[in-house]
Amino acid sequence: MSETMVRVSNVYKSYVRGKQKVEVLHGLTIEIPKGDFVALMGPSGSGKTTLLNLIGGLDRPTSGEILVGGQRIDQLSGNALAKWRARNVGFVFQFYNLMPVLTAERNIELPLLLTDLSAAQRRKSVAVALEVVGLADRAGHKPKELSGGQEQRVAIARALVSDPTILICDEPTGDLDRKTADEILGLLQVLNREHGKTIVLVTHDPKAAEFARRTLHLEKGQLLEQAAA
Amino acid sequence: MTRSGFVFANLLRKKTRTVLTLLSVVTAFLLFGLLQAVNVMFSAGADFVGATRLVTQARVSFTQSLPMRLLPEIEAVPGVEQVMWQQWFGAVWQENTQLFFFATDPARLHAVYPEYVMPDQQWKAFEETRTGMIVGRILADKYGWRIGDKVPIASNIFPQKNGSKAWIFDLVGIYDGKDEEWQRNTNLGWINHAYFDEATLFGTGLAGTFTLKLSNPDQAAQIAHTIDSKFENSPDETKTQTEKDSNLGFFKQIGDIGLIVRWILFAVFFTLLLVVGNTIAQSVRERIPELAILKTLGFTDGNVLGFVLAEAAAMCVIGGLLGLGLATLIGIKIGGGGNFPIAVDHRVWITGVLAIVGLSLAVGLLPALRASRLSIVDALAGR
Repeated sequence: MSETMVRVSNVYKSYVRGKQKVEVLHGLTIEIPKGDFVALMGPSGSGKTTLLNLIGGLDRPTSGEILVGGQRIDQLSGNALAKWRARNVGFVFQFYNLMPVLTAERNIELPLLLTDLSAAQRRKSVAVALEVVGLADRAGHKPKELSGGQEQRVAIARALVSDPTILICDEPTGDLDRKTADEILGLLQVLNREHGKTIVLVTHDPKAAEFARRTLHLEKGQLLEQAAA
Repeated sequence: MTRSGFVFANLLRKKTRTVLTLLSVVTAFLLFGLLQAVNVMFSAGADFVGATRLVTQARVSFTQSLPMRLLPEIEAVPGVEQVMWQQWFGAVWQENTQLFFFATDPARLHAVYPEYVMPDQQWKAFEETRTGMIVGRILADKYGWRIGDKVPIASNIFPQKNGSKAWIFDLVGIYDGKDEEWQRNTNLGWINHAYFDEATLFGTGLAGTFTLKLSNPDQAAQIAHTIDSKFENSPDETKTQTEKDSNLGFFKQIGDIGLIVRWILFAVFFTLLLVVGNTIAQSVRERIPELAILKTLGFTDGNVLGFVLAEAAAMCVIGGLLGLGLATLIGIKIGGGGNFPIAVDHRVWITGVLAIVGLSLAVGLLPALRASRLSIVDALAGR
């Protein structure tokens, strides 16, 4: 785990809400090695999701540098950043955010429409992703026909299907019961340990954080301490 | 799945809404197709005739006849190759069906209108049969008339000398148009002027209009001026114009058809713009988080713009083509006969396709731009 996957250096991030400027991150510096599984914890408003958005290339810092997989992403243009996300990042959200009009397999196939893969190759990749998350038998079901846990598994499969270098998970178990949450977290753990995926997980749940290799605590936009799992 | 498959999946998200919107587009383009066909038909009356012919009518109105004594003077004008005359007969078939019938000289009609195609023996029969009449193919097919029939036609203007308005003519010929366009105008009937002039109670020695075939179309303006100057300040002042202007003048008695059609279409499309535009905009509003997820997955602003625009375009293209297709079928069904045969032809389709493109852009561009510009972070946070 010596190679650095994410390097956040002296990052500041502020938003303008109405007439107010809100400072969220204050000179934050974090390094995440390749193959790590990091849980980000902290109270609401501490900047967890903001940090996650910056690492995932969904937002840009006000100042500071962000390198992911050796690429300086804070300087990329909007289109370049979109293409970078497609190649390098898989996202998992609290409310799954699946396309309700598409079946599970079509949802998983969606990111592959941005690749040069043929239809047959895409089908094969989707089948593998479904197998990994244990939902091969629900491929033809639409999100509303699946349980919350199954929906989240589909979302994880969608995040995995393009073989990203890093998985960004924002409260992925926040909407699930304990048992299902543990199953999902166990799946993430497998992806990290057996498939070598670097995972950054935001959570409020200390039990969820226990599945990570280490936990970083944020408060008021700054790193508090680091705890190894 | 393909990107177009994704677009169609989104279109079918709310089937009832999509179907209702689609129906409004179909209806609008059905109306567009038919009205545009009417418009084309009215201007087609003007378009297919070139300036190789001129029409001389009374200066005041074409409803006022001109004396036949003008004929030799018109014929004597240099550049006039042949002259025919025609008198509006006011024909009525059976109870109250108005027909377009004219009394004319058969040989002159043949010479001036070579676009009407009929076997020589039928032209000859028309010339030689005083009670003869010829009709266009549309009219013959519509009423099931065959050569040899004795056809009773009433006139709501001209009674016979015995006071009866019922005339009987012998159908001696059925003509076709030289091409598809002229074929659509084979909805006229012609009777022999010599017989009409002899048998009518009044209105003898009169012609409604004179149609002049020119030896050189370039001289049309000069010839028109010469003729009108010749009869200026006489009791029978004339107005000589191209056949196109003459026909337009006739149709303008009904009203400015083009303007009426344009206003109706404007109202239809303005309403359509609001209906479809609102549907697309609402559909985008409902899907802000989904659009944000697309961008999260790596679809660029341009990709998202394309998706929304493609949805709007698909709605307009499917509805528009269905509407124009239906209009074409209706045009074929009702356009085969009558005095105003309409046809949803390539001109209507070209205008229709342009309207579809314009409508797609008008209803899709703003929501598509909004979707493409949305901030992922704000959209996911529900801001």
